[in-house]
Amino acid sequence: MEKPEKEYADIPGTTIFDADQSRKGYGVNMFCMSLLKADNRAAFKANEAEYLKAFNLTPDQTEAVLKRQWNRMLELGGNIYFTSKLGATDGLSFQQVAAMMTGATQQEYADMMLAGGRSVEGNRRKSEWEHKNG
Amino acid sequence: MAKIVAGVFTSHVPAIGAALDNGKTAEPYWQRVFGGYEKSKEWIEKVKPDVCIVVFNDHATAFSVDIVPTFALGCAEEFIPADEGWGPRPVPVVKGHPELAAHIAQSVILDEFDLTVVNKMEVDHGLTVPLSLMFGQPAEWPCKIIPLAVNVVLFPPPTGNRCYNLGKAIRRAVESYPEDLRVAIFGTGGMSHQISGPRAGLINSEFDRAFLDALATDPKKAVGIKHVEYMREAGAEGIEMVMWLVARGALDEEVNEVYRFYTVPASNTAVGHLILENKVA
Repeated sequence: MEKPEKEYADIPGTTIFDADQSRKGYGVNMFCMSLLKADNRAAFKANEAEYLKAFNLTPDQTEAVLKRQWNRMLELGGNIYFTSKLGATDGLSFQQVAAMMTGATQQEYADMMLAGGRSVEGNRRKSEWEHKNG
Repeated sequence: MAKIVAGVFTSHVPAIGAALDNGKTAEPYWQRVFGGYEKSKEWIEKVKPDVCIVVFNDHATAFSVDIVPTFALGCAEEFIPADEGWGPRPVPVVKGHPELAAHIAQSVILDEFDLTVVNKMEVDHGLTVPLSLMFGQPAEWPCKIIPLAVNVVLFPPPTGNRCYNLGKAIRRAVESYPEDLRVAIFGTGGMSHQISGPRAGLINSEFDRAFLDALATDPKKAVGIKHVEYMREAGAEGIEMVMWLVARGALDEEVNEVYRFYTVPASNTAVGHLILENKVA
């Protein structure tokens, strides 16, 4: 039997962290989890690529972490509550990481939030984004 | 006999804790948020609960992806505020109520809610920010706290209906505890927010206000909301609102609304807050 389409698959700009993503991203998330300890944060900072070797990441995942490709980390199985710990290690707040994922500057993002946030109108379904971009 | 005296519902945005800890509460941006809790602090000082059951979610702090309990009840003597990557919040150690917690665990498990017993757990902003909002910055928290962690990180979280019915089971457990204790139950998290991916920043005030209305007057309506609807309408992380339904289930179906507050934003998130009390018979 074919796997049915996930009912949340058509929400745009969103990777839902489900069992498939969790399995894929185990190493990414456990790496991020290790950053809860100050000693580990220091060791990571001292040599990022070397530190990552202990977590069995794929080459894509390693690159995404080293280049701080926040959206790609999520696509490759990371979860925001884990990847935000990498943000914290870099001295970034949740809001700064969020801004980067949207492609906005932090000021633009903060201004959008102050003005009431991103409207749900036009942001419910992927078809609405295709329309917007095409 | 112990009894549930009230339900407190509030967002638990980490930036609120950071603003408080770094002395930014007087800034206009944060005054708008903290000002909304002044009446709540006065209210809870009068109500003086002996114990607060705080329904919250762990944000990859106590639980990694190694173990993901759907419902985990904190039965320890105390819970240490965690280092979430920015250093631990400078807040008092959270003192538990192991006897009542163990009683609740036994009672709800025999009532067919198979929750996980946790005897050691560090607690993150999900638990400590609501305490700060309701109690300010005391040297010690003024009551015992029983944490109930709900998985909302790994999809799927428990359904709204399951959360609501667990709340009912918790109430039965509390009411079968022989000691006279005044218990408040907190539902935390939400409201609409998305902090992940290109859609980050999503806020849906219309959804949030309807949710607050439903919680106050028609809880069954809120119970019926499906996961995909939370995620589509209120943001991927807006699904945290299912946790409010645990607390709501522990109250009567008809309640008095004591207080309500709503503002956008705190950092990335819509802040909602509600206090409900059972009607006096």
